[in-house]
Amino acid sequence: MKRYLPFVIVAAVALATLGSGAMLYRAKRPQLLAISEAKMLSGKRDAESMHIRGNPDAPVTLEEYGDFQCPPCGMLAAFLGQLEKEYDSRLRVVFRHFPLSMHEHAREAALAAEAAGLQGRFWEMHDMLYREQEAWSKAPNVRELFESYAGMIGLNLDQFRKDMDGEKARERVDSDHQRGQSLGIQVTPTLFINDRPLDPKDKNPEGIRAEINAALEGKSQA
Amino acid sequence: MTVSRFRTIIYMAAAIVSLAGLADATYLTVQALTGETLGCGGSPDCFRVLGSSYARVAGIPVAGFGVLAYFSAFSFATFAAFGYARARLFLIPTIGVMFLATLWLLYVQAFLLHAYCRYCLFSAAITFLLAGLVIALPSGRDASVP
Repeated sequence: MKRYLPFVIVAAVALATLGSGAMLYRAKRPQLLAISEAKMLSGKRDAESMHIRGNPDAPVTLEEYGDFQCPPCGMLAAFLGQLEKEYDSRLRVVFRHFPLSMHEHAREAALAAEAAGLQGRFWEMHDMLYREQEAWSKAPNVRELFESYAGMIGLNLDQFRKDMDGEKARERVDSDHQRGQSLGIQVTPTLFINDRPLDPKDKNPEGIRAEINAALEGKSQA
Repeated sequence: MTVSRFRTIIYMAAAIVSLAGLADATYLTVQALTGETLGCGGSPDCFRVLGSSYARVAGIPVAGFGVLAYFSAFSFATFAAFGYARARLFLIPTIGVMFLATLWLLYVQAFLLHAYCRYCLFSAAITFLLAGLVIALPSGRDASVP
């Protein structure tokens, strides 16, 4: 019996590892919902509040839930810039706020972007915040930095300060965040391509391109 | 205590320590497979390490190789504790390779990424402990299962 005991022990450990790994995988795998009909991007009320870059009638929409203080979101922003050039009028990018509470200045950054958006410069501030992410993420005087960015992109500073503390910017950030929560989002960046969630393992340049190409093919066949 | 008994205790200790490494590596592999390491919101300390290009080899998470390595170390140590002589021959080179891989991964964290992941550091500690146990093995041959 003793002769076979190590075989039994090793087999039991192998089974326990596979079983616990599978259970953990199921528990950790994000359960994202597809964006339902009610929340479709074509909704008029929704369209008024969302930030779109690219051709508004593009066949493919890439919707990102992002956090300005999240480094992977920063890396993604640079890649999305490349994609917009690559796909040109066939792709539109939508940005939604999902500031994570673990990031000290993420919400304030989202408010700064919205305040810039109220002066028609959302994407300029979006790009600036991601480009300068490392500088402001660790800065104690983050508000001053945001104001200096606002100055650099040509905003009216008094208006910017007022808007950052205003109801409208707060409402927009909260509305995006609630929408993200209702879709089951827990991490950033989370991407949807034509309203369908992108599998987290495809959150890389090859995976994103493959999904966009599949969506384009689907549209051309329809 | 006889030398043979001391060896058995060391092998059993190595098997138990390998189990801790196996659990850690399994957790990291699952994290990599679910894509948690590619974004923020999961493990704040780890995404810089686990989301980096060094965390995958040919698309396979490095932690997956860790699972294989710890499982091999566990299996060889268990068989060795039960007196299987051939398992002892495999255990030492397995832990040697794990030790070298750990040194490389620590170098990557310290000098290339300038970031540390606590789960990776735990794995490094486990491998160092395994290496210590193997070094502590008394030399010479003992009775074995034919």
